[in-house]
Amino acid sequence: MLAWTIYISFIGAAVLMLLPGDKPRLARRLGLLTALGGMIAGCLGVSQFSKGTPGRLDEIVNLPWIADLHIHYHLAVDGVSAVLVLLTGIAAVVGILFSWNIEHRAKEFFAMFLALIGGVYGVFLSFDLFLLFVFYEIAIIPKYFLIAIWGSTRREYGAMKLALYSFIGSAMVLIGLIAAYVVSGSHSFDLVELAKYPFPASFQNWAFPLVFIGFAILAGLWPFHTWAPTGHVAAPTAASMLLAGVVMKLGAYGAMRVAMILFPLGLQTWQNTIALLAVIGIVYGAMVALVQRDFKFVIGYSSVSHMGFVLLGLMTLTQVGISGAILQMFSHGIIAGLLFGVVGRMVYDRTHTRDLVQLQPMNLSKLLPFAAVTFVIGGAASMGLPGFSGFIAELQVVEGAWVAFPIFTVAAGLGIILGVAYTLRVMIKAFFLQNEPIHATDAAPHHFVPITLPERLGALVLLAATLVIGLYPRLLMDLIVPAVNSPLFSRMLKGGVS
Amino acid sequence: MHLEWLRLLAPETIVVVTALIVLMADLTLFRQKPITFRAAVAGMIATLGCLIAIFWLEELSVSQKLGMLSLSPLTQMIKQAILALTIFTALISFSAKFTRHIGEYFALLLVATVGLLFLISSENLLMIFVSLELLSLSLYAMVAFNKASLASSEAALKYFLFGGMAAAFTLYGISLIYGLTGSLELPEIATKLSAQTATPALFLALVMTLIGFAFKLAAAPFHLWAPDAYQGAPTQIASFIASGSKIGSFFVLARILAVGFPQNTGSAAFCSWTSGWAPILALLAVISMLLGNIVAIMQSSVKRLLAYSAIAHGGYALLAFFGTGTRAMSALMFYVITYAITVLGAFAVVAMVENGSNREQMRDFAGLSRRAPVLSACMAVFMLSLAGIPPLAGFFGKFYVFTVALSGPQNLGLLWLVIVAISASAISLYYYLQVLKQIYVADVPAHPAPLDTNVIARGAIVVLAAAVVLMGCLPGPTLEKLATAMAKSIF
Repeated sequence: MLAWTIYISFIGAAVLMLLPGDKPRLARRLGLLTALGGMIAGCLGVSQFSKGTPGRLDEIVNLPWIADLHIHYHLAVDGVSAVLVLLTGIAAVVGILFSWNIEHRAKEFFAMFLALIGGVYGVFLSFDLFLLFVFYEIAIIPKYFLIAIWGSTRREYGAMKLALYSFIGSAMVLIGLIAAYVVSGSHSFDLVELAKYPFPASFQNWAFPLVFIGFAILAGLWPFHTWAPTGHVAAPTAASMLLAGVVMKLGAYGAMRVAMILFPLGLQTWQNTIALLAVIGIVYGAMVALVQRDFKFVIGYSSVSHMGFVLLGLMTLTQVGISGAILQMFSHGIIAGLLFGVVGRMVYDRTHTRDLVQLQPMNLSKLLPFAAVTFVIGGAASMGLPGFSGFIAELQVVEGAWVAFPIFTVAAGLGIILGVAYTLRVMIKAFFLQNEPIHATDAAPHHFVPITLPERLGALVLLAATLVIGLYPRLLMDLIVPAVNSPLFSRMLKGGVS
Repeated sequence: MHLEWLRLLAPETIVVVTALIVLMADLTLFRQKPITFRAAVAGMIATLGCLIAIFWLEELSVSQKLGMLSLSPLTQMIKQAILALTIFTALISFSAKFTRHIGEYFALLLVATVGLLFLISSENLLMIFVSLELLSLSLYAMVAFNKASLASSEAALKYFLFGGMAAAFTLYGISLIYGLTGSLELPEIATKLSAQTATPALFLALVMTLIGFAFKLAAAPFHLWAPDAYQGAPTQIASFIASGSKIGSFFVLARILAVGFPQNTGSAAFCSWTSGWAPILALLAVISMLLGNIVAIMQSSVKRLLAYSAIAHGGYALLAFFGTGTRAMSALMFYVITYAITVLGAFAVVAMVENGSNREQMRDFAGLSRRAPVLSACMAVFMLSLAGIPPLAGFFGKFYVFTVALSGPQNLGLLWLVIVAISASAISLYYYLQVLKQIYVADVPAHPAPLDTNVIARGAIVVLAAAVVLMGCLPGPTLEKLATAMAKSIF
């Protein structure tokens, strides 16, 4: 069932590509249908998975692919994959809903979008590292075109920067993977098999940072995060939702799934360094977000900050911290998607500006009340208010970090406070600042197209997701915690001793 | 006896006869017909001849020495690949607008192919040299084929001068080897050399021979002819130089080194170089990969860009020489064949866009996706495969070569080389994306030059693109075929 998430997306992309002519209506309907199909397949698959013994690894497909090199077409699912597949499904559907107004080359837009989604599903479900890498790279090219063709501010620059950063990251990963494959005797690319191989510590000490950082570039690890703000800002709404919502998770997922599991000894050596980078990312991202004039840059930098929590959680090497990190991946995917939706679709597509100074006199809270309300709720979730998913996730990360690195935790706490500050600032500036009487030239009040149904639907889906997980986190924690306790992870937690 | 020889050499004979038929038919029967018709007829005849040769090779499954030649299932497979590439070159030449000498053009193409076929079969240094010259002389003439263009003549002259120099180097190396061992047969050279200690003269001979081949392969720093030749030559010819002739040169180089000098490998492992051919190749590879990729970034002509990318790809392919055994050979051949298919397709798209004019700058591709979606999609496949994006053939080729290079006797000692290669390929994405950016992102210019609409050429491009996708998604069958051919070969 879960494998169909991948196939449906790619089939949808191919069908869209082959459609004759450019019919936006048909294209977006087909796109939505495909995304829905993928999401339903994902939900069904996950619910099936959650019925069995917790913490197990469910095989989906395992066929020899390139027999000569012992490469398998191996898809499987564990709790972590399941959570991220759910996230991808939601992000895909909402992304399409928020792109309902795309008219320019719509067919290609939705085809690229679905190809990206297919690649993402593939990464989350691959347990053969070669296959994982293939899917990981498949996701790079659609990203480039989505931003370069349909983007806004400095789109070609942002797109190329993102593509090159991703490609350099995956080059680092590839070096590490090939070396690991050869050192382990060229027998298998299977994650579970390779994880059992005791790589020498001297090898792990350089392979771990190479692969980890290679992946973490995409997760916005400071100081390799600079693609994130420019990329997010340049991207069209749906693409920035995907970038923040899903693609950054690809990086974090890869770093955890490949680097941390294969090289536990290297992880021990580098644990503190990477945790330090993560904390710098949290504080730095938040501080830079505090002074931005561009609405979207604020969300872009906040993503860097929030992803810092994911990386910090992973580095705690405690069960609580890692579970928190995984939940944070889900939670940030939802919340960032929501905020980007409000900024990019609801506000920018109507006002054609994201400059906070220009937005101020527009009285958006009156003109676009739905956008304002959504942003307030989303902002509250982003700040980590109890009741929303972000709270549970960040709480666990901080709890785990408290044991591992108390000093960093204090800094991370500062990041949370700054998070409140920049969210409130941007909320007030963009929506609620009561301004001076309107100038004569400005006499005609702005008129905006009312928020459309697809936008409302999309926002509601995301709000519901963050609320449900916030109020009843066990829904996901029951998947995550057993996975983190499974043999694959516990070996990593114990520093490579099984 | 002689009949048996004729049977074994039938493919070469068939191609020679086809060349003559094309020449005669065009000169006598179709002289007065319109050019497109003549090109179609000549192309058809050439295609047919090559097809017959391919099927003949399929039937011919022998492993035997034949005087100066040595046939094996592996050589037959490579020959088939080369013939197939010749067919595609002929197909994209259907709408050739650069010459009125159709018969001569196709005849030369076939003669060059014959040179390649003999090159693949030979295990004798003299025979290798002679077939290499047959190939090169045909190519020099073909590069100059566009008589209306000054660049074409200049390119041919440059190619000829550098080629002559390369031949001199190779010949000098060969004469030294003959002096040292008293033999021109590769296996005999190997046995003679294993009995004696390696002398400086031997290394001199090796270096000379390798420099000669480096010219042929356009490995930096001996690449200077390549960009001009690729840009000046008619695009169809450039595609043949980059595809068919590249496979032949790489195969024969691998054969010379693996059969003739297995003891003189040396080592290029990090910080522990020992003398032999490996360090020379390592240097060539590193310089080619870095220079090719970095200079390609600055190109605005797509053909020149492809030329520099060819230099870089030559560098990647050289990495396969550091592996051992049949696997290394299989990796090399997989890489070179998939590269040849890809680059042939890319040049074919360029030929469609320039359509007889010399306009093959990046900006001439602007908005192509809106004007010719299928052609653009094919170009995207070719470019992304060259950049090494999975699941296309170029990615798996690179991956296989890198794995093989690391699995060699030096183990992780060669990791530095792989790191250079992978980093270089990360750079390369930039300029391939520049081409795709023009095609997909840029707007259609107000008055775009008309595209070539030849159906056969377009069909050929689609087939090539499909092959790139297929060999990338399912490399298994090709690898198996290579492996079985290799197992039955005396290599």
